[in-house]
Amino acid sequence: MQFMLLFSRQGKLRLQKWYVPLSDKEKKKITRELVQTVLARKPKMCSFLEWRDLKIVYKRYASLYFCCAIEDQDNELITLEIIHRYVELLDKYFGSVCELDIIFNFEKAYFILDEFLLGGEVQETSKKNVLKAIEQADLLQEKTEHVSARVSLGVRKRTRICAGVLTCIKM
Amino acid sequence: MVASSSSLKLQDLIQEIREAKTQAQEREVIQKECAHIRASFRDGDPLHRHRQLAKLLYVHMLGYPAHFGQMECLKLIASPRFTDKRVGYLGAMLLLDERQDAHLLITNSIKNDLSQGIQAVQGLALCTLSATGSAEMCRDLATEVEKLLLQPSAYVRKKAVLTAVHMIRKVPELSNIFLPPCAQLLHEHHHGVLLGTIMLITELCERSPAALKHFRKMVPQLVHILRTLVTTGYSTEHSISGVSDPFLQVQILRLLRILGRNHEESSETMNDLLAQVATNTDTSRNAGNAVLFETVLTIMDIRSAAGLRVLAVNILGRFLLNSDRNIRYVALTSLLRLVQSDHSAVQRHRPTVVECLREPDGSLSRRALELSLALVNSSNVRAMTQELQGFLESCPPDLQADCASGILLAAERFAPTKRWHIDTTLRVLMTAGTHVRDDAVANLTQLIGGAQELHAYSVRRLYSALAEDISQQPLVQVAAWCIGEYGDLLLEGSCEETEPLQVEEEEVLALLERVLQSHMSLPATRGYALTALMKLSTRLRGDNKAAILEKIPLVERGGSQADEEAKESKETAQLSEAAPVPTEPQASKLLDLLDLLDGPSGDAQHPPPLDPTPGGALIHLLNLPCAPPPPAPIPNLKVFEREGLQLNLSFVRPPGTRTLLLITVTATNTSGGDVTHFICQAAVPKSFQLQLQAPSGDTVPAQGGLPTTQLLRILNPKKAPLRLKLRLTYNHFGQSVQEIFEVNNLPVETWQ
Repeated sequence: MQFMLLFSRQGKLRLQKWYVPLSDKEKKKITRELVQTVLARKPKMCSFLEWRDLKIVYKRYASLYFCCAIEDQDNELITLEIIHRYVELLDKYFGSVCELDIIFNFEKAYFILDEFLLGGEVQETSKKNVLKAIEQADLLQEKTEHVSARVSLGVRKRTRICAGVLTCIKM
Repeated sequence: MVASSSSLKLQDLIQEIREAKTQAQEREVIQKECAHIRASFRDGDPLHRHRQLAKLLYVHMLGYPAHFGQMECLKLIASPRFTDKRVGYLGAMLLLDERQDAHLLITNSIKNDLSQGIQAVQGLALCTLSATGSAEMCRDLATEVEKLLLQPSAYVRKKAVLTAVHMIRKVPELSNIFLPPCAQLLHEHHHGVLLGTIMLITELCERSPAALKHFRKMVPQLVHILRTLVTTGYSTEHSISGVSDPFLQVQILRLLRILGRNHEESSETMNDLLAQVATNTDTSRNAGNAVLFETVLTIMDIRSAAGLRVLAVNILGRFLLNSDRNIRYVALTSLLRLVQSDHSAVQRHRPTVVECLREPDGSLSRRALELSLALVNSSNVRAMTQELQGFLESCPPDLQADCASGILLAAERFAPTKRWHIDTTLRVLMTAGTHVRDDAVANLTQLIGGAQELHAYSVRRLYSALAEDISQQPLVQVAAWCIGEYGDLLLEGSCEETEPLQVEEEEVLALLERVLQSHMSLPATRGYALTALMKLSTRLRGDNKAAILEKIPLVERGGSQADEEAKESKETAQLSEAAPVPTEPQASKLLDLLDLLDGPSGDAQHPPPLDPTPGGALIHLLNLPCAPPPPAPIPNLKVFEREGLQLNLSFVRPPGTRTLLLITVTATNTSGGDVTHFICQAAVPKSFQLQLQAPSGDTVPAQGGLPTTQLLRILNPKKAPLRLKLRLTYNHFGQSVQEIFEVNNLPVETWQ
């Protein structure tokens, strides 16, 4: 995988993970163009499109678009599984995840992703193991901080944009 | 609401930013906070540094500059606290990349963290290394990573293996270090480590034929691993929808593909397993289909048995019927890749492919079109053309050009009869006339011309089509040509193959005149109509010759020298009046000009003399007592620019001939794509004489290559103000372009 982007329906970036070296300027340009292209797709269209010399696999979950750029020899269908697995992990971690969770806890979203993918490739195929690793890291962080990571969710409005994100999306 | 003066917690900052009602407000909040962050970096509490960086990272994601945080990343990474490292490494991955100097400074920290023994910390270091490690860093840290491949903790091993994958991608020579451990790693039971190992081996094999040979020995072992995976019962931990670890299956299949390619023995070893996976994988959900898809790709790429290949193609055929359009998409893409090598197998699925033409999703129908065109052969050409014509009538505009050309090409290759070929071409022109390629007209005229037995048929059909619709230019052009050539056949008798059609001379002429005067007709089309009228004047009997001559707006010579000249002068000789020679079709853009530049009275009836007005004004000028001024150089004029194609005019008034103007048209192309089929034509007012010489070429090469030039000679006997109209036609970036414009700001020196 070359990169993964998460963005809202208004085109606001919520996560960007780059696995190829590009300048900030190039990243911004790619992001802008790709977001525009994906947002222009109609709901009934397939999840794949060709963009520049890359294959783009995207899927919308509630108000968030998950968008991956893969190479020619990569399997599009398994990439859909990768996206779905990531959403499942987020869902398990945050408990019925919604976009706001990812906004207010963006570092956690990255940490979770980094336990699932490494260098653009899948490193762990067991959901249980990924979540266990995160849990352990969180505990380690707590120990050093003496503050519960979960408690510091603090003051924020939690609106359920889509209850049970995953149940309404059929693969 | 503006932030308070003290620094905010991360989530409070996020909240505040989201509450900002305008961009300006947001900027204000962020700028204020960044000032705090900067200050805190300078002399703030090191314990809270990670929070400051986290805020900065959020702001960075919104698109604001965050480079002043780079050094903080280094400090946080170097800190012994896990919280600091976690955010520091994240910052490094987001803010530092290979191009920055700061990037190298983390090498030391990573080295330390790799060897200090806390799994979570080693994990962070490996993650950062594999995401953003430069070639230099990879070289420095390769041995550290190699050591970690043997670590007792599977958590670390799995990350180390993938880091090795990244290192090899960056520095292929490191293969030497990472090849040996693979044999051992292949015995792993941990799925994550095994998966990484398979990827590592894949990477090694793709880069080195020696490695490829080495790992071929492991094909039986890989087959065993995959077989165990597939036949072992349901394991919740690694399964998706009842399919055992599809990620691992897909990766093994991909490796097998690489190992079996062009290698008979390996291919045979994996044959049975592939058949097993192909038949037993659950296809009710995407996970199973992903594995099946990879299996099909592998089967088609190795030296598999014929039966297995057919099985694979049939799987793709079934995919085409799947209700999930993603599955249909990959099926179409794959079948397209196979259509050459396994043509007959793919042919069997032609009906399903054709069904896919009706897909509402453009990317699917496009693929279906490509595949359908590839499947046309001599035995199915009639049926397929029928389907494709249907598609052409309703397909989205961006596919029309490809569909039209595809049909015409297929017709050319496989036409069962000439009549069918003519009919098919006709139908395409009627449906999508504006999208056909330039040579369609020429091809059709040639086709008709060469089929003598079909002349009567063709002219009748074309006449009927034209009578119905004079807007589709290529059709009109061919019809006009045909009527001109075979008008006599149209008027006399009947033709068995068409409906009886009684056509009178006046009707034909009226129709051609309509074409001539229609605002929809291109100059080229008018030319065709004009030529047709001329031809008819010699072929039709009856005494309306005078009437015909009246109808023809006589034009001045203005087109490029062409071979049609000879033909035309022969025909003109047959006209009793000394009418000036009309040129072949391309020249008749002058008609446009006539409409424009003539006064309110349509001048079509009065043939203007071709020769310059004798005597009078010219001599008068020459007799002027004062010496003619020395010819000063006339400034060049840029007249046209579009997507990198530029047209410049340079002017010369040769001394000695006061009425002559030489214009050199230079076309340059600074874009990335060649401009081809470039034709430039010009028109001038009636009192001028224009001669276009042959251009230096019809291709203007890209990237500022050798420009094309063309010389125009203009005689201006009346010393009238020069007006010049240009018409350009060319192909650029796969599009055909036509531009007609009048040149403004012509310097007075060009005519005074």
